[in-house]
Order: sequence, then structure tokens, then C-alpha cells
Amino acid sequence: MSDVNNSTTALEAERAEKEYSGPMLAADGTPLKRSLNKALRRQKLSALLLIAPLLIFVMVTFIAPIADMLFRSVENEIVSDTLPRTTTALEEWDAESGETPEASVYEALYHDIFIAQERKLHTRLGSRLNYELTGASSMFRKSGRGVDDIGEVYQDQLEDLNEFWERGENWNEVLGSDAWLVDIKGWTEDSGTPQPAFEMRDGITELFPQTATYYLIFADFVQNEDEDYLYEEDPWSLIYSAFYDDLTGENASSIASYSGTGAAEIAEAAAAAPSFETVEYKTAFAEIDKDWVALPVWETIRAYSPNFTNGYFLNSVDMQKSADGPEFRPENQRIYGTLFLRTLFMSMCITISCILLGYPIGWILANLPARTANLLMILVLLPFWTSLLVRTSAWKVMLQQQGVVNDTLVWLGVVADDSRLALINNQTGTIIAMTHILLPFMILPLYSVMKTVPPTYLRAAKSLGATNWTAFWRVYFPQSVPGIGAGSILVFILSIGYYITPEIVGGTTGTFISNRIAYHISSSLNWGLAAALGAILLAVVLGLYYAYDKIVGIDNVKLGG
Amino acid sequence: MVALTPIFRKPVSFYVPVVAAIGAVAGLFVGTANGSVFLGILIGAISMAALAFVLTKIIKNETIGRWGTFIALAVIGYFMGGIPAMLIGAAFGWFFAWLSFWLYEGRYRAKVEPYLTPGQVLWHFTFRVICGAIFVFLITPILVIMPLSFNAENFFTFTPEMLSFDPAGYSLKHYRDFFNSSDWQGAVWNSVKIAPAATLLSVSFGTLAAIGLSQPHVPFRRAIMAILISPMIVPLIISAAGMYFFYSRVGLQGTYIGVVLAHAALGIPFVIITVTATLVGFDRSLTRAAANMGANPVTTFFRVQMPLILPGVISGGLFAFITSFDEVVVVLFVGSAGQKTLPWQMFTGLREQISPTILAVATILVGISICLLTVVELLRRRSERLRGMSPG
Repeated sequence: MSDVNNSTTALEAERAEKEYSGPMLAADGTPLKRSLNKALRRQKLSALLLIAPLLIFVMVTFIAPIADMLFRSVENEIVSDTLPRTTTALEEWDAESGETPEASVYEALYHDIFIAQERKLHTRLGSRLNYELTGASSMFRKSGRGVDDIGEVYQDQLEDLNEFWERGENWNEVLGSDAWLVDIKGWTEDSGTPQPAFEMRDGITELFPQTATYYLIFADFVQNEDEDYLYEEDPWSLIYSAFYDDLTGENASSIASYSGTGAAEIAEAAAAAPSFETVEYKTAFAEIDKDWVALPVWETIRAYSPNFTNGYFLNSVDMQKSADGPEFRPENQRIYGTLFLRTLFMSMCITISCILLGYPIGWILANLPARTANLLMILVLLPFWTSLLVRTSAWKVMLQQQGVVNDTLVWLGVVADDSRLALINNQTGTIIAMTHILLPFMILPLYSVMKTVPPTYLRAAKSLGATNWTAFWRVYFPQSVPGIGAGSILVFILSIGYYITPEIVGGTTGTFISNRIAYHISSSLNWGLAAALGAILLAVVLGLYYAYDKIVGIDNVKLGG
Repeated sequence: MVALTPIFRKPVSFYVPVVAAIGAVAGLFVGTANGSVFLGILIGAISMAALAFVLTKIIKNETIGRWGTFIALAVIGYFMGGIPAMLIGAAFGWFFAWLSFWLYEGRYRAKVEPYLTPGQVLWHFTFRVICGAIFVFLITPILVIMPLSFNAENFFTFTPEMLSFDPAGYSLKHYRDFFNSSDWQGAVWNSVKIAPAATLLSVSFGTLAAIGLSQPHVPFRRAIMAILISPMIVPLIISAAGMYFFYSRVGLQGTYIGVVLAHAALGIPFVIITVTATLVGFDRSLTRAAANMGANPVTTFFRVQMPLILPGVISGGLFAFITSFDEVVVVLFVGSAGQKTLPWQMFTGLREQISPTILAVATILVGISICLLTVVELLRRRSERLRGMSPG
């Protein structure tokens, strides 16, 4: 077989060679192949150029936000941003040992929390960690107030020693460079120029490393965040404790030979420092909140130190981080699993009721004479075009205890006046209202598929002896399945992400996962969790979207019949 | 299809029991309402059976019989319960008289295939009744709010005054509230400012892209299409959340421009879908002919292509407009109090202090939707006619 093929192709090639001695040329003399390729390329390019503006627009206004949301669901920079020193110091700590971290970690924590509370960031971190560890929020709030007391121990002693240390001007004179001091003194708020940025005096950073580090942070904060006049600003008590650390640290001997501005006061302080009353940071934090000397808080901080976390995702599937890896939350704290299941279940109910109600309508529209069908089509299209809120408010009004539906039922005697049905603020309400709202999305694809099924098939089946049911079930129904598939996926995709209608008619038991996402964005402010829940929902929807594309083809979506 | 089924009169033993059965169903409701189910069924069945018999065998003349029943039951109803009962009585009378003759003359057979068995005929009509019920379900919520919006009281149901058609039960008070409230007027104004801008953006970008997409050779066509359609598929709450996060990063959150951009993105799939559908039937040789006669691409577009695809562009634009005009989730997150649109105001109204003013607004919006629906349908038919896809 292959021999035959080979010989014929060889023969053809030979013939071709005889007939055409060179490549075929286009009118302008270039080889036709190249010329055609060029034309094709130009066509492709012009098509892409036409699409490009919209594609860029959608990328920026729509795809980028979605990507940002996905990023937020794993992003976790708040812990390492707010507690940079603590997280670094904590790397050494062995969580398995069952002991709280060593003193250096508590010292780092003091520095971090002090700066964070000045910037008012500690409560934010507290509420972030509170998602993982109940009580963290109040711990951080208390600690924010408590760290001032720790620093004041050194501040009071230094100020008692010499009033020189009380005033911001003196600190600036000692630490600031001469050029900067001239600039800052000459600056006034009315001058319209920004405050001259703080510059450290040469040699200070080497001599007082701690003080210099924190003073720079302090200066930056005062000048850029508080926008106060730095020269007259009294330093944080954190500066005093840092200064004490420098005085008693390894540079103590070289400090003794310091001869710059304020040399006398520094020498005096250096002499007095060793006899100062000191603070044990660990004990101090234990006094603020005894949980600081317990393990859970440190495990949590350590677990959330990396810049990325799967914590939000674990949280949204009712799991949590623990020392032995992810584990399920206690039974009574699991809510999202139930919520996801409820969303899926209710979307299924809505889809099924849409099929049940939409199928007869699709059939009758497809089988009636065109004029009548067009008239009846208006009854389908009018709800489709009516504002979603109008339809939702109509259902809210109709389904109330004293609403039209209950009134009619009572009047007909179907229910007694004192046992009116609870049709709203529960699952029933959501399902009724959403079935009504999404029904057109089922009817339209069903109708367009059923329109293509020739009615003669059914008659043929019946004339061959099929009963009504067999004819329908074996002949008609299989041909309408594509319509059911298209409609169901469309309705399911739309219902699974619905927010407005469940919010208004769903009460507490009839709400969807979307309502929880909205709650986390606007009320509990747990954006990471909202993003993680959204990412899961998005994954489900995209999976269905892919299926829809495979079954129906996204180009075949029809609007309004 | 009109089947030529011969029709002939049916025996008493057929139509009297059928009318009696339907009368029994009606009697069931009246009976339960008055406390006695069994008596209701019995009276309903007997009286309706008697009516059918009298009409067909004693009166015989159809016109007199039907009008007579109609008027007689209306009068009985009026004396029993005033105007509402009169209307119900009249409806009953009309229906049962019609039913009696319809069955008696065998007219129900006229339009169904001659070979159907009685069971199949019964199913045929039962099916229509079911479909009718579903149509009622579809349309009732929209119809109910209209009269309710004229309620003189702050109730959400029909008051006895309304049911008895007492003019005192109706008023335009909720409409006055709507037109006099600065909240509502501000919301309308915001919607009117946002929706056209968003529509303009999505129509201009969308039409260009749709033309590009319908060229014969487009690389990555499927992927591009999937991206462009995605705003319609991704749940609104996710779009809203993403846009809220992202727009607050770039400082667009709570601005007019932010809301317009967001709404334009949401409207784009509708423009793409409708315009590409129109372009499917577009004859490309027309543009080539135009080019042949010396028109540059811009002239060709505006003088040749645009007039032909205009119906599609306009209906795509209307879809984009209604998307923006009706959108609440995204504006709820991306907008701030300054961009409070009409749907947002309705949403707050529904969630917090629900007032019947919402029904007045809803009725006005239904009016607008009817206008838009008419325009879109007319455009669709015109476009199909232009492309020779339908004979009408």
C-alpha cells in the first residue's frame, strides 16, 4: 500500500518538475507563495489592529482587576511589613521546643509594635491575625497602649538625669547634620517648600547605631506622615530606650571619647546608664497580655510571616493552619463548606425548575404558528428586558406575609389567614424569584434548538407505532438535549454567582456564597478571605464556561431570540 | 397548520360532565373560602352542569345564551359583593358559557389532527393550560406592580378600596414622592450621566473589534473571543470585588470615570455578540467594490459597512445601555455616594426602608423596558430583512 503511494507521489513530483521550471510568480514578480503569505500576514495584522484597542481596554478594566483579586487571595505582606524585626528574629525560634521565644524576639516585638502603633497599623495587623487566632485583635490593641510604658521607663530616668533630654531641639542638635540644622531652622510652613529632609550627623550612625536607626524612622514619620515641624518635635520614648541600649552596648567605650554637640550631657548619661532601672521585655509583654508568653500567638505569627499564604484558601474550605499542617476546623466553626454546598444545591434547584418550566414553553413557542409564537415571545422577552431590581422588588412585594400571593391564597381558602406561608427571607423565596428571573435564559436557547427539530419526526415515530411517550422520549427529547444543556449551563453559571436577589429575598437561610463575599468586602473587611472565596467561585464558573464553550460554542450565544 | 378535522355536535353525556368537573374545581375554591369544601364542589358541579344543559338544549341560540349568562352572573355577582364580585361573576359567566358551546359543538377538535385519540386531545389542552400557567408566572410580577404603584396607602397589597375600584383607593402619591425626592432625582441624574458614557465606550471599541473578529484570518480568535466575552460570564460579585480592589489601588474607586469604565467593560460582550451576529451575513464584496471605486477604508466603513450593520450596532448599544442602566453590584462597590445610581437607590430602598415609591419607579422602568424591547425587536427584524434571512 505504501509502495503504491510512494510511487504515485514520486510520479506526480516528476511531472510537476517537467511542467514548472521555476516558482510561480505573482503579477509584481515576487514568488506567489511569498506574496500570498505577505497578504495573509497583512490581513491578520489589520484584524489584530482592529481588535487591539478593545482587548487592551478589557485587559485593563476587567482582567487586571480579576488578577489583582486572585493575587490578594494569597498575598500576606501585612505581617512581615508590620513586624519586620520580629519575623526575622523569630526565624531562629524552634516551635517544637514548646518554649516561648527568647528575649531578643520580645525586644524586636517592642520595636515593631512601637513603630506600628505610632503609624496606627497595629490594630490592622491585630484584626488580620484575629481571623486566624481569636483574641489577637485585643492583644495588639492593648500592646499598642502598653509599649509606651516600656519606653517611658528609660525616658523618665534620662529626663530626671538632665532636662536636656526632654526637648526635641536638643536631640536634633545632637543627631542632625549642621547643614540640615541650618536649613530646618530657616524653614517655615508658609514658605511653600517641603520641609528639608532630616540628615544624620557624620559619625552618629557608627557611634549610636540603634538610636540612629530609630531616629531616622521617627524623623521620616514626623516629616512625611504627620507633617509636623521635626525640629521642635519631642522624640518617641522608643528613641530613649534605643539610646539606653547604645549607651550600655558594645560602643560604650568609644562613646566616652565623643566630643561633638552635647558631649557633656552624653558623657553624663553614659556614666549614669549602667545603674538605670531596666526593663525585661518579656515580662513587660507578659504584663500587657499573658497570651504573649503562650505559644499560639507565636505559632500564628510565624505561620503568617511569609509574604504569601494559603491561609485564606484554607479558611474558605473550613480548614486552618496548625503545627502539623492544614487541618479541618472544629465542627461548629465550619460555615463555608455548608455555604458552598447550599449555593450549589440551590443553583441546581433553580436550574431544574427552569428546565421544568422552560421546556413546555420552548416547545409551544417552537410548534405554534409564527404569528402566535411571536406574540407569546413578548411575554418571555418582556421579563428579560425588565430591570432585575424591578423583578426582585415585585417578588419582594408579592411574597410578603401580607403580600399579593398570600392574600390570594387566603382568599381562595388554600391557606388559613393565621397560617400564612413564609415565602420570603428563606430558600423558597430565593428559588421562586430566581427561577422567574433566569427563566428567559433557559427558554431562549431551548426555543432556538427546538425550532430546528422537524415536527415530521414525531409524526413518523407515531405512524411507526410509537406511543406518545415513546415518541417524545426516544425521538424528540434526544434532539432537544443540546438546548437543555446550553440553557442549564447558562442558568447555572448565572445563578451560582447571584448576589442581588438572594440579598433581598433570601433572608439568612437563602443567601449564596456571593453574599458572604460581599459581606467580607464591605463589613468584616477580610479582603483576603473574600478574594479566596471569589477565586474558588471563579474557578467553578470558568470550568462551566469551558464546558459551555465546548458544548455550545461561545459565538453561538443568542440574545433576545 | 389547520387540520381539516370534521366537527360535529357531542352528546350530552360527554360535555355536561366535563363542564360539571370544571365547575367543581371552581366550586372547590369558592367552597374553601366560605368554609365548606364539599358543599362548594357539589354546588359548583351541579349548577354548572345545569347551566351547560340549559344553554345547549333549551336556549340553543349561542349568541343569546352566552350574553345571557354573562349578564346574569355579573348581576348576581354585583348583588352578592359589589363591583369586584360583578367582574368575577361576569368572567365566570363568559367562560362557562363559552366552554359549554365549545364542547357541545365539538369545536375543540377543529384545530387538532383528526387521528388523535380523546386522551391525546385532552392532553393537548391540558398542556396548553400548563403553558398558560407558566406564562402567567412569567408576566404576573410585572403586571402586579403596576396597579399597586397607584395605591393610595403605603401598603404592598391591594386594599379593599382598590379592589372595589373606588377612586379614593388610587392616587399618584408615590409618583409625586419620586419626582419630589432629591435622593431619587439625584439617582436618576447619575444613571443618566453614567449609562450613555459607558455605552459610547463599549459600542465604539466593541464595533471595531467585532469587525476585526469577523475577518477571515484572525490569529487566536477563540482565545480573544473568550476574553472579550468573559465579563458576561464571570459572576458580577467577582468582577465587583476585583474592580474594587484594583480601582482603589489606582485611585479610580469612587470616581465617575471608574464607574463608567467598569460599566463599559460589562457592556462589551453584548456589543460583540450582537455586532458579530450582524456581520455574519455581511457581504464582503461590497467593501471590495467600494475600494475598487476609489473609496478609502474610512469612507468605506462609514458609507458602506456602517449603514448595513447599524441595526446590530444599535441593538448592541441598547443592550450595553440597559446593562449599565440596570447594573447595581459593581456600582455598589466601585462607586461612592456621589455615583449613586437608580438601581443602587432601589437596592438600598429594598434593603432598608422599603417604601411604595419603589413600585412607582419600577413601573416607570417597565415602561422604559417596553420601549427598548420594541426598538430592539424592530431593529432585529429590519436587520434580518436587510440580510434576506426572513421573508417578512
